[in-house]
Amino acid sequence: MTDAAGLRFDRLSITLGRNRLVTLDGHVAPGDVLTVMGPSGSGKSTLLSVISGTAAAVFQVRGGIHLDGRDITGLAPEARRVGILFQDELLFPHLSVGGNLAFGLPPSVAGRRERRRRVEAALAEVNLAGFANRDPATLSGGQQVRVALMRMLLSEPRALLLDEPFPRLDAGLRDRIRQAVLDRARTRRLPVVLVTHDAADARAAGGRIHHLDPHEAGTDLRPSPRTGDPA
Amino acid sequence: MSDDTVRTRAAPTARGRPRPGALAWAPALTLGLMLGPVAAGLAGTVAPALGWLPALGGDHLGTDAFEALRAWPGFPRAAALSLFTGLGATLTSLAAVTLICAGWQGTRVFHAIERGLSPLLSVPHAAAAFGLAFLIAPSGWLARAASPWATGWERPPDLLILQDPNGLALIAGLVVKEIPFLLLMTLAALGQVPSARSRTVARALGYGPVAAWVKTVFPRVYPQIRLPIYAVLAYSMSAVDTAIILGPNTPPTLAVQVVRWMNDPDLQLRFQAAAGAVTQLALLAGALGLWRAGERLAAGLGRRWIERGGRGRSAAATRVLGGGAAAATAGALGAGIAGLAVWSVAGVWRFPQATPDALTWRSWERYGPRLADPGAETFILAGAATGLALALALACLEAEQRYGVRSAGRALWLVYLPLLVPQVAFLAGLQMLALAAGLDPNRGAVILTHLVFVLPYVFLSLADPFRAWDRRYAAVAAALGAGPDRVFWTVRLPMLVRPVLTAAALGFAVSVGLYLPTLLVGAGRVQTLTTEAVALASGGDRRVIGVYALAQTAAVLLPFALAGAVPRVLWRRRRGLRDD
Ligand SMILES: Nc1ncnc2c1ncn2[C@@H]1O[C@H](COP(=O)(O)OP(=O)(O)OP(=O)(O)O)[C@@H](O)[C@H]1O
Ligand SMILES: [Mg+2]
Repeated sequence: MTDAAGLRFDRLSITLGRNRLVTLDGHVAPGDVLTVMGPSGSGKSTLLSVISGTAAAVFQVRGGIHLDGRDITGLAPEARRVGILFQDELLFPHLSVGGNLAFGLPPSVAGRRERRRRVEAALAEVNLAGFANRDPATLSGGQQVRVALMRMLLSEPRALLLDEPFPRLDAGLRDRIRQAVLDRARTRRLPVVLVTHDAADARAAGGRIHHLDPHEAGTDLRPSPRTGDPA
Repeated sequence: MSDDTVRTRAAPTARGRPRPGALAWAPALTLGLMLGPVAAGLAGTVAPALGWLPALGGDHLGTDAFEALRAWPGFPRAAALSLFTGLGATLTSLAAVTLICAGWQGTRVFHAIERGLSPLLSVPHAAAAFGLAFLIAPSGWLARAASPWATGWERPPDLLILQDPNGLALIAGLVVKEIPFLLLMTLAALGQVPSARSRTVARALGYGPVAAWVKTVFPRVYPQIRLPIYAVLAYSMSAVDTAIILGPNTPPTLAVQVVRWMNDPDLQLRFQAAAGAVTQLALLAGALGLWRAGERLAAGLGRRWIERGGRGRSAAATRVLGGGAAAATAGALGAGIAGLAVWSVAGVWRFPQATPDALTWRSWERYGPRLADPGAETFILAGAATGLALALALACLEAEQRYGVRSAGRALWLVYLPLLVPQVAFLAGLQMLALAAGLDPNRGAVILTHLVFVLPYVFLSLADPFRAWDRRYAAVAAALGAGPDRVFWTVRLPMLVRPVLTAAALGFAVSVGLYLPTLLVGAGRVQTLTTEAVALASGGDRRVIGVYALAQTAAVLLPFALAGAVPRVLWRRRRGLRDD
């Protein structure tokens, strides 16, 4: 198949109770961007969690997801090679900036010296040379985003998911960082799924736009179980 | 987000705060009642250890007591046993809890483990030890289950399983009780770090679930469970009741030997006992130093290990080990209690039969009436200590909210202090102080001593729900014209009745399970279900032991059942208050 490379959705549908949240069919080629837009609660984050394999069990998923020709639907999250950036950078506070990046680097890059070199290079790539020993908590918002981005890219993902990224950055910085992420995705030939509320994001991404319809939130009255962390 | 909420909660506005009244003294009073006896007891131990106890003719300072201690042939081995069993039990418990959480957090199994925790936690140490002994003894249930078809044993084998000289049975007995405690503390700590999200991030980077937990969650959880771990170490090194039942005899652990000397009719042995108690304290200090050095080493090695980036895909081994640890703990406690119950109603029960020939109430008819006095004493002590502890803890937390008097927010280790000092090190001193002052042992003194141990648990269990209570309810009530007292009695307390009752049940359980404080401060004259049960250990009559240990367990489980049932009945028409 010529379109084996990239991310392919095979009549994917996600339902919650009786509500169909998402239906998606089609292909995101390497280096292309699929932008997903829709009102709050329409299932955007859910779609990304289904792709990355961390969706809550309450969601019923039908159809398939293929990455570079491989069906990843039943795989564990860590086996999918799907990188994801959340709204929060979620840098690990117990590790230094360099430690966070080394965390992303695969173990196949062996030797302390070589790993160190790769970490330094990654930092330099986003203009943070010399930051390796800093505490992530002392970084500005924009710096944290860049570290989280490089941590993810160092793990050599085969696809990129962005969930309303960079909400706390001012407009100018946001544009630049968005551009940096998309450029890297293009040079590394990664398919990207970008979730956003923001028309500017969508325009800059330039790819196809998929709109999720608001489902009728009032029809399912069962209480939803608590999920995620209290923090 | 949580950061902000915590901060606003911790720092009430300075203006508009009422002038502190009597309530503002509650934290100081509480700390005094908790730490006063510890300090006095330590002084009362150190003085005779150095030769000073005029009531017994000790009137010059010197190191005679320590030399006498060193002259006791069992000394090196007893001290080594304390170190080995304490460190062994603590390491094993921590490893088991880590495996359980790393392997299972976020799964349905983990929720089941969480739910089963409270009853396991509440089983008294002595009952747990007896139950375990009935399981693993050469004539215990395990041997019976495998005999004679697998082992060929027609008679109980001649194996030293209980009270083995290396203290392995003692370690097992400590571990089955410390795992539930540490797990509870770890669960509380897990609520403070974004564990599920850290794991999601790590897994998106390619990490297996177990590696993700160990590398991103554990380093942040550990600092929060450090004090509980130290408490486990202090307890395990110097536990007396468990060691009497499961520990070696010749020589016993140092703490047990100290208690033997304390109970010896020869009063001159008290000097030696005091020296032993001080040595116990020094041993703990050494073990803590060792542990801290280990922490630092592990942190350094751990960071390098994390930065090497190993993904550790397979979770299977950890799951099996963690699941096995949880099942073994629950099984040992559950089957142990079941064993106690069966023995208490057993008629003739020959080896290797798995069940008795006949069931009979004879043991209960014979020994049941004798339970009345120690049973009543147990309830009086536990009721009084728990009531005092509740009143003090509530007063502290209310003072904290009204006046911003921070009782133990930052100085958490002060609350833990009574749990970090080996019991024998200050209880021996309390008895000798009473001796020096010519005081008769009495119930009041025992209650105050119980309070020292009950308060930390009651306070720790109340503090989180009280601090998390939404203050806007108080603001609404105040706007409706309610003064602070009325807000406390009619809004705050009723809304928090569930955590209050849970804390009460926990405090009650702690008091019921206390052995050494009752024995030493009561000088053997205040008898509870626990002191009576442990005293039966040497006799080895399983039917009597079954009766007493079961009564002891019931005294603990009953309040827990009540604490669960009362809010359900009270709030059966209040959906918002029913499940927290
Ligand atoms: N674990 C869960 N259990 C039950 N329902 C859930 C769970 N997680 C999300 N939902 C529901 O699924 C729907 C989709 O949620 P999702 O987080 O995907 O929305 P979203 O489009 O990302 O919204 P937002 O723009 O606010 O981030 C919502 O109605 C939400 O309440
Ligand atoms: Mg979302």
